[in-house]
Amino acid sequence: MSGDEPSPSRLAYLSLMREVEDLYYEEADLLDERRYEAWLELFAADAIYWMPMRKNVPWEERDRDITAEDDVSWIQDDKETLEKRVRQLLTGIHWAEEPLSRVSHLVTNVRLAAPADRLDEGASMNVKTRFFVYRNRLETETDVLVGRREDVLRRVDGRLKIARRKIIIEQSVLMAKNLTVFL
Amino acid sequence: MRSLNGSARALVDAVSGEISREIYVNEDIYREEQERLFARAWLYIGHEDQVRNPGDYCLTKMGEESVILTRDRAGQVHAFLNSCRHRGMKVCRYDDGNTRAFICPYHAWTYDLDGRLIGVQDYENSYRPPFDRAKWGLVEVAQLAIFRGTIWATWDKGAPSFDDFLGEAKFALELGLCPWDGGNGATELLGSTQKWIVPCNWKFIAENFAGDALHVVSHRSVDMVGIGPTKGPGRRDDYGKPHLAAYPGGHGVNYGVTPPVKERRNYAASPATSAYFQSCWEKRLARLGDKAGIVPLIGTIFPNMSFHLQQPRTILVSHPRGPCETEMWRVYLVDKDAPDEVKSFLRSYYIRYSGPAGMTEQDDMENWSYATQASRGTIARRLTYHYKAGLGTEAGTSDLIPGGVTERNTSEQNPRALYRRWAEYMDADDWSALR
Repeated sequence: MSGDEPSPSRLAYLSLMREVEDLYYEEADLLDERRYEAWLELFAADAIYWMPMRKNVPWEERDRDITAEDDVSWIQDDKETLEKRVRQLLTGIHWAEEPLSRVSHLVTNVRLAAPADRLDEGASMNVKTRFFVYRNRLETETDVLVGRREDVLRRVDGRLKIARRKIIIEQSVLMAKNLTVFL
Repeated sequence: MRSLNGSARALVDAVSGEISREIYVNEDIYREEQERLFARAWLYIGHEDQVRNPGDYCLTKMGEESVILTRDRAGQVHAFLNSCRHRGMKVCRYDDGNTRAFICPYHAWTYDLDGRLIGVQDYENSYRPPFDRAKWGLVEVAQLAIFRGTIWATWDKGAPSFDDFLGEAKFALELGLCPWDGGNGATELLGSTQKWIVPCNWKFIAENFAGDALHVVSHRSVDMVGIGPTKGPGRRDDYGKPHLAAYPGGHGVNYGVTPPVKERRNYAASPATSAYFQSCWEKRLARLGDKAGIVPLIGTIFPNMSFHLQQPRTILVSHPRGPCETEMWRVYLVDKDAPDEVKSFLRSYYIRYSGPAGMTEQDDMENWSYATQASRGTIARRLTYHYKAGLGTEAGTSDLIPGGVTERNTSEQNPRALYRRWAEYMDADDWSALR
């Protein structure tokens, strides 16, 4: 192999990165096209979906500006609760999302934790992303939700599944009146 | 500023159950509320768990204003206006922590934990004659009270004691803030405070919790899906027969009453939690007797502290930010002695129910927001809101529950009592006219 060609491990990394990016772009489409039941399929059966809160703390205590797992959070769901949220949306009388909001998910800055050239069946991998989510509802009500996600992806039956998601929003006082949009 | 000049009662017709929409959307009335209500009433400002040790502090709010809650070296709890006496800067901008003093980041005026001004830049040389630093400490609330862990304060020296302010509504807080075994142990905060902004008038929230049992359709979707701990449909425990109780202080509570036969909390989703409640029951029955089956399901302590005090168990404060904007602060409570597994289970249930992502509360906020918005127009604000349900049936008495009690669940007597009191505050020049 000449020195100019990517190494097999580099190609494997690029291939895995594309697979991960495809997962996130598919996820964004499923949510924004309101295909919520299909979106649920992206999560492992034992998935955790956790959105801690943020705090204003002194510099030397900056590590606790994200609330801990045993603290109150915005959301701490298992897959069963995620399914309930979707079922609530599908009732057609969940007034907070009836009529539905218009939402666009932009997912960027995808970073795979090393080593990231393969993910075998049953194995897991940490992936970081950023999200920029625009929500507009009824006439002029608008929320912009921006932050970071730290996912654990696991290969299940050949496909990537989200086994754990930590959502770190960049607001302490939440400026949206509710959180009915999946992040 | 336009003054209501004693005319608030004309906007609140509690007898026929009609209330002017102006009180929800009018900027002048809102400003007057800050003066006559929020600067005067006792307000919930926090919980002892937030300031357990000397030097512990957290930020809280009273009306629109930022307030520091702290405990000094002698163990005394204080609440101070969070504004430097020199040039107004917030002397504390951290949500919580522990400190030896509050040092203003603007010109370094430094305040001790008890509020005394202990440091002024170049004090010896720049101030001749020296000014009296004792007169320039942080501004402290006029009165502070601690009740079963909850901390309350008022800016008004003339306000009655917290006990008098609460009146017979104390029954609800005593019952709801004691551990599930009915004893004198502690309930504790589950952790940090949820804070979020809702574009609605704060009174929508206060009246909703005071006892609006009519808004069933708001929550039909979550009831269909079922988020309660029993795994069936619905969103919370069966609370038995509702008893709405209104109090002259403006407080309103909806109590659930079941015969004190056995512990009814049996949670398919958590055997450990069921076992915990079962273990509390015999003690609860022995201590509370006939009252063991009473739970303060939901309520509002006037003006803006609201609660659920069964399962879920949580305190919500509706901090006004303008006639059409409110900052909701919510904390969650659990028995201190409950096993960690129980606390963990209840925490996830509580936030599945309440808060901005709570599958119940989400729909409330949609209703409050657009009710506020649709009342702002020139034509809309000429109208009144309708609070006539249960007129003529209110103010009975009960052997079990103090206050003006009705078992007619659909009555709007509690919001009527809340607004009657609101008008009294707005028309009164001081506490002597409010007692």
